[in-house]
Amino acid sequence: MMVEQTLFLSAALFIIGTFGVLVRRNAIIMFLCIELQLNAVNVAFVALSNVWGIDGQVFVFFVMTVAAAEAAVGLAIIISIFRHYQTVDVDNFNLLKW
Amino acid sequence: MEAFLFYFFFVMAIGAAVGVVLSKSPVGSLLFMVTTLFAISAEFVLLEAHFLAAVQVIVYAGAIMVLFLFVIMLLNLGHDYRQDLRVGVFSLAWVVVVSAMAGVVGWRTRGGEGLAASGAGAQEIQAALEQYGAVGAIAQPLYTTYVVPFEITGILLLVAIVGALVLAKRNA
Repeated sequence: MMVEQTLFLSAALFIIGTFGVLVRRNAIIMFLCIELQLNAVNVAFVALSNVWGIDGQVFVFFVMTVAAAEAAVGLAIIISIFRHYQTVDVDNFNLLKW
Repeated sequence: MEAFLFYFFFVMAIGAAVGVVLSKSPVGSLLFMVTTLFAISAEFVLLEAHFLAAVQVIVYAGAIMVLFLFVIMLLNLGHDYRQDLRVGVFSLAWVVVVSAMAGVVGWRTRGGEGLAASGAGAQEIQAALEQYGAVGAIAQPLYTTYVVPFEITGILLLVAIVGALVLAKRNA
């Protein structure tokens, strides 16, 4: 088992996901990058389940369920925003910006 | 062989993740994301999480990514090649964070006996896999210790279905 190397993979994927959320302005790509972050956490859970037991793999199951629910609701929000503004560029949505 | 496969999928996952961020077309981003998910699934197999590897391919790469693709095509974003990257100060911050992370990981794992040697998790998983099989090893704690969170997850999915329907419905 290469637990440390897998934790490194997890950290790298999480940072790439964060970077994507910060630099991209397309709402769908930002959403994909959030999924990437969730996957990075899953990788860390699976790696550490090799140290502390199978509970980590059960948590991954729950994370996947939450990701599926989040994708459904988030994409519905994006569709509804697109109907309103005819774009998914987040620079145009500043209603909640102070 | 195992180490070679590990590093092969390691590089594949990180390379495709960079592709997700840098790809100009949304569909390209999505296909890079599917590649990342497959590579992560392969890492799950190497880490003895066989059931999760299958679920990763079926649920993530199969269902969630198809939902994304469906929305991209519904909104007709396939040929939206306007460059929306905001590199600059973020790239600098990213380089700083990556080098800090590499330093911390390198320092924490220097010359130690490794995390895997310090816990009994790997033996526990091997025993569960032999006793219950790949699916049963997860199902055993899921339906005993974690049965309440499991039921709450069902409610969460129901709420998400209703919420998605209400949000995506045209205003009548």
